[in-house]
Amino acid sequence: MTTRVPAVEGWFTLDEGGAPALLGSRCASCGTFAFPAEATYCRNPDCDGQEFETVALSRRGKIWSYTDARYKPPPPYVPAEPYVPFCLAAVELAAEKLVVMGQVVGGVTVDDLNVGDEVELVVDTLYAEGDSDYLVWKWQPLSADRRS
Amino acid sequence: MPGDKRIAVLGAGMHPWGKWGRPFVEYGLAAARDALTDAGLTWRDIQFVSGADTIRNGYPGFVAGATFAQALGWTGARVSSCYAACASGAAAIGNARAQILAGLCDVALVVGADTTPKGFFAPVGGGDRKDDPDWLRFHLLGATNPTYFALYARRRMDRFGATEEDFAQVKVKNARHGLANPYARYRGEVSVEEVLASPMVADPLRLLEICATSDGGAALVLSSMDFARRHAGGADPAVTINAVSTVTPSFPNTVIEMPNFSTDSAVAFSSEWESGAGFRPSITSAAYAEAGIGPEDLDLAEVYDLSAALELDWYEDIGLCSEGEAEKLLRDGVTSLGGRVPVNPSGGLSCFGEAIPAQAIAQVCECVWQLRGTAHGHQVEGARVAVTANQGLFGHGSSVILSR
Repeated sequence: MTTRVPAVEGWFTLDEGGAPALLGSRCASCGTFAFPAEATYCRNPDCDGQEFETVALSRRGKIWSYTDARYKPPPPYVPAEPYVPFCLAAVELAAEKLVVMGQVVGGVTVDDLNVGDEVELVVDTLYAEGDSDYLVWKWQPLSADRRS
Repeated sequence: MPGDKRIAVLGAGMHPWGKWGRPFVEYGLAAARDALTDAGLTWRDIQFVSGADTIRNGYPGFVAGATFAQALGWTGARVSSCYAACASGAAAIGNARAQILAGLCDVALVVGADTTPKGFFAPVGGGDRKDDPDWLRFHLLGATNPTYFALYARRRMDRFGATEEDFAQVKVKNARHGLANPYARYRGEVSVEEVLASPMVADPLRLLEICATSDGGAALVLSSMDFARRHAGGADPAVTINAVSTVTPSFPNTVIEMPNFSTDSAVAFSSEWESGAGFRPSITSAAYAEAGIGPEDLDLAEVYDLSAALELDWYEDIGLCSEGEAEKLLRDGVTSLGGRVPVNPSGGLSCFGEAIPAQAIAQVCECVWQLRGTAHGHQVEGARVAVTANQGLFGHGSSVILSR
């Protein structure tokens, strides 16, 4: 039986109900968000904040820019064999006022993407090893009919 | 003059860029000896050695200053070794300048050299390093350096209507510039068609538009203005360094940068979110302020064209034109040899590839030869003021302003 394991601990939820989210931090003093989460000192140079709440970041955002990886990235990336190119997107989260990188789900090419397109966060297999699927967050383009 | 923060450039030297596969120390030594000869000084005259580190060549690379000093023969000279990613060379120049301006030494040698592996740069060091963003971006995203360059390029196309042909034209220009440069690795004309026929690596960037990794070495002999005048029988030095900017970004940095997973959050600075000027424009503006000049005073610029598209971003970031006007500047020939402000007359990274710790020093060497009027075959006629600009991983800015 395959077990689902996050490829990195504590960066995102594995919400089995179908609404996974990135886990960031929010400074209790100035409200600044950080991803991955900040736990020591706030990165805002004008803030002395040392207390943070862990927050689920917005699950939807707009593509700031995108590209793809036509050639196999070097280790420690664990590529599928045979290698299948994938897309990456940097996505603006309006509420947090930050941009987050992520792979785009498989089956999408750059021809399917545009700056400004809306995407939604999903959790998907990054690579499989032994009996484990190692999971990571990815961006899923919202088709026109799913945009509310 | 009071408050004069200039230092003199007495000598410049380089080992040709290539994929030679020999120890990096050889390239550094060759460059250092050329720079000393160029300066009319001997190794024993050097009081301070400033090394730019390489992190892909074992321990000697981490202590590059001492490695070069030992290879030249111990003299007791004082030493520093520093790493600032792509900006390491400028950081080493900055360290030497600080020693000179503080009066702690009169004359310093700056050296950087690298031997690089084939293909994409991968994170340095083995094992699982889940607290290292540079390791994690490869592991979790498969995000190589060209991934980030491509995000900027696509953004440029979307915001300003840049085309694939514009990017190809940057490569065509730089290939032409580098034809006669004896230190360049790639010396051959390419056509727009050839660039556009090269394989796509990270859409919209193609193989011929992405900087290669190279071996190479570069060195400078720098001194106080007083030492330079004494050395030249009272004459002012031919070329001076008037500013060295080694700034970091300002929070919130709203442009995604290597090796980060996200930008800073701008919620506490709502006005910054819309503009998103990012880090690069601040790098040269700090240098202009220090030198007391502006971009209108420039005769040439050497900028870090990690990709052909990024060179266009630099035109705006260093103040040659407003946002969105870089393509016009290129098409009008303003940045070509013979134009008003040639950019990368050396051929740039396009013709060199990147030898990380040597590259920012090489940019300065090129400016020195341009200002002396000895950049044969790629000379910017009558050049008096030059700027270099570059940005390293994890927020290292670098810009050097030189004049004659």
